Amino acid sequence: MIWKSKDLLSIEELSKNEIETILETAVSFKSVSERTVKKVPTLRGKTVVLFFQEPSTRTRTSFELASKRLSADNLTIQSSASSLTKGETLLDTMKTLESMKIDALVIRHSCSGIPHLLAQSMQASVINAGDGFHEHPTQALLDLLTVRENHPHLDQLTITFVGDILHSRVVRSNIYAFKKMGARIRVCGPPTLLPKDFEKWGVEVFYHLDAALQGTDVIYVLRLQLERQKKNLFPTLREYSQLYGITSDRLLKANSGAIVLHPGPMNRGIEISSGVADGSAARIDDQVSNGVAIRMAVLYLLLGENPERRTP
Amino acid sequence: MNTWLIQGGHVIDPANHWDDEADIWIQEGVIKKVGKHLKISTDKVIEAKNKLVVPGLVDMHVHLREPGFEYKETIKTGTQAAVAGGVTSVACMPNTNPPIDDQAIVHFIHHKASEEGFCHVYPIGCISKQRQGQEMAEIGELKKAGVVALSDDGSPVMNSELMRRVMEYAREQDLTIIDHCEDLHLSNEGVIYEGSTSLRLGLRGIPAISETIMVSRNILLAEMTGARFHVAHLSTAGSVELVRQAKRKGLAVTAETAPHYWTLSDQFIKTYNTHFKMKPPLGSEADVAAIRKGIQDGVIDCLATDHAPHASTEKQCEFELAAFGIVGLETLFPLTYTHLVEPQVISLSKAIEMLTINPAKVLGISKGTLSEGAEADVTIFDIKTSQKVDVSQFKSKGRNSPFNGWELRGWPMITMVQGHIRYQHPQFHIKGYQL
Ligand SMILES: [Zn+2]
Ligand SMILES: [Zn+2]
Repeated sequence: MIWKSKDLLSIEELSKNEIETILETAVSFKSVSERTVKKVPTLRGKTVVLFFQEPSTRTRTSFELASKRLSADNLTIQSSASSLTKGETLLDTMKTLESMKIDALVIRHSCSGIPHLLAQSMQASVINAGDGFHEHPTQALLDLLTVRENHPHLDQLTITFVGDILHSRVVRSNIYAFKKMGARIRVCGPPTLLPKDFEKWGVEVFYHLDAALQGTDVIYVLRLQLERQKKNLFPTLREYSQLYGITSDRLLKANSGAIVLHPGPMNRGIEISSGVADGSAARIDDQVSNGVAIRMAVLYLLLGENPERRTP
Repeated sequence: MNTWLIQGGHVIDPANHWDDEADIWIQEGVIKKVGKHLKISTDKVIEAKNKLVVPGLVDMHVHLREPGFEYKETIKTGTQAAVAGGVTSVACMPNTNPPIDDQAIVHFIHHKASEEGFCHVYPIGCISKQRQGQEMAEIGELKKAGVVALSDDGSPVMNSELMRRVMEYAREQDLTIIDHCEDLHLSNEGVIYEGSTSLRLGLRGIPAISETIMVSRNILLAEMTGARFHVAHLSTAGSVELVRQAKRKGLAVTAETAPHYWTLSDQFIKTYNTHFKMKPPLGSEADVAAIRKGIQDGVIDCLATDHAPHASTEKQCEFELAAFGIVGLETLFPLTYTHLVEPQVISLSKAIEMLTINPAKVLGISKGTLSEGAEADVTIFDIKTSQKVDVSQFKSKGRNSPFNGWELRGWPMITMVQGHIRYQHPQFHIKGYQL
């Protein structure tokens, strides 16, 4: 299929067809990363700016590598939330970048909706690398790819997300992604971090982990933001890990052969035990390597030569 | 002599139970007579056939922003927006800088309004000093200076003991307490009401009960103290129910709601358009239905705008950082007519009542009627012709309206304040007269 959209803002707005196109493209790019010369000239002369207002070593390096392997020039801007409040607005910063004729902007921001705001006012392609609690589309795509490598038939599996569902952009993107591929989806966490309204998304809501794990093929462990404790969302880390931590014992409640994913970075001993994280069920390293391939695919599809893409 | 004759219009004056074709004779800024086929010799005649002629509207909830935030709005531009919306009296909220917590600011506003204003301006005084919710403001002095009610709007009074004392005190000053009902612990860092939309967009939610719980507290305090309590910008089904019960009990509780709460729900927040961000936020479809029912049943007494102008940079930014609030003066009646009267939620005369005499009664001002001897504040509306909302034509400095492009009916043709024409629609002509 021919890729038509300028931006990648969310999984919600992608069709199943588009998701499959990205996955297929990523598969073909995987081999590049396995060569001795890990580089193709596809995006030579293109400029990719990575704007990270929140720290994220993993996602940032993944995008950096992806654009380097496609021979694009890239520039990383790390900006703390505070430096943006000194009079210059985010839109001002972006207008400055736009005048320097960039081709793509990869943006990570703590406020939901920022990629949408920028995409409306910029000629460059905008790629959402995580916005607030909203979406993190490339994460969901790399998760899909990782799960599909283990379960070719996504429409026959049950995936269970465990942890802070309410504040997770990873879950939102993943729910859309796995739903479009026909998987059965469960979410599990403390009631303070999992509003019942999630049922309206066509997912099953669980507050008790053992029940949620029964019949599960994929356990997706979410990172717990440790400061949530201060906001009365759960009593102690100890209690959280007792009730919702994934341990080797807990793993036995799921289907045999169940795999475990985590978007990283992990709080070992809290949401996931080291035994599970380093064990045979974990696919966390695969997620990382698939991340580069997915981001290469996205950059290629959005920036590669394509006469049919509509110019804004 | 300054004499006007408004001829042949459909006159609705709910305070005097008038709802019929009539002429209005105005002399020296005062209503002389309302009646059929008046024989007055004057060359200043406004032909109002097929038009609606009503008392100038009273908007009891407006942020004029002056002093302190003149980049958002001034008394001049805010009142100009008012008359462009058919509003001839506004009550202005005290969240200015400095706030309206002492007499000097009240005098300043009165002075500015008389020098530069296009309509009557009634300041509302603070409940607490500096709107801090700690110590009672000089309520007696504020009353002497002429405030028409008390409110810390924008900053809910969280301290129940303070609210109790203020209610006791204000009762003897004959002032109504208008509270922005919001439990700050519950609303926390939320930006829209909690529900499927906040989940979908990944925006921090505010539980609807953060309003209801404070409405409930205030009703209990009003019952205990005998004070008059008015709910500002009522936005949830739960609050409608509480006000309904309070009225049944015979308590002195009144309520207002704003056009966005009967026309929009959180379902309208499809992307991250900050023109849908206000406090209280947009409710669910069920909240909207309950508010329309509350308007129909008379549980809600007044329609007011909560006109909250902001500079464009305060809205063109991160949704979470964007200012709360929208402008409303210039769309108040068209949204009332097109979305309450046309769908027969309420009659035209009921709508006028909720926009004139009812708010005037809550504030205790002698406005909102066409009674003989009253100041001649009169608005003429065209309820037949559709026109699109165009924010670029707004007289307000604020362009932050979610209604831009909406096709509405009920546009003002003439707005008259004390017998002077202060607004004239570009397509409405008066023989031999140019504003
Ligand atoms: Zn308010
Ligand atoms: Zn207000």
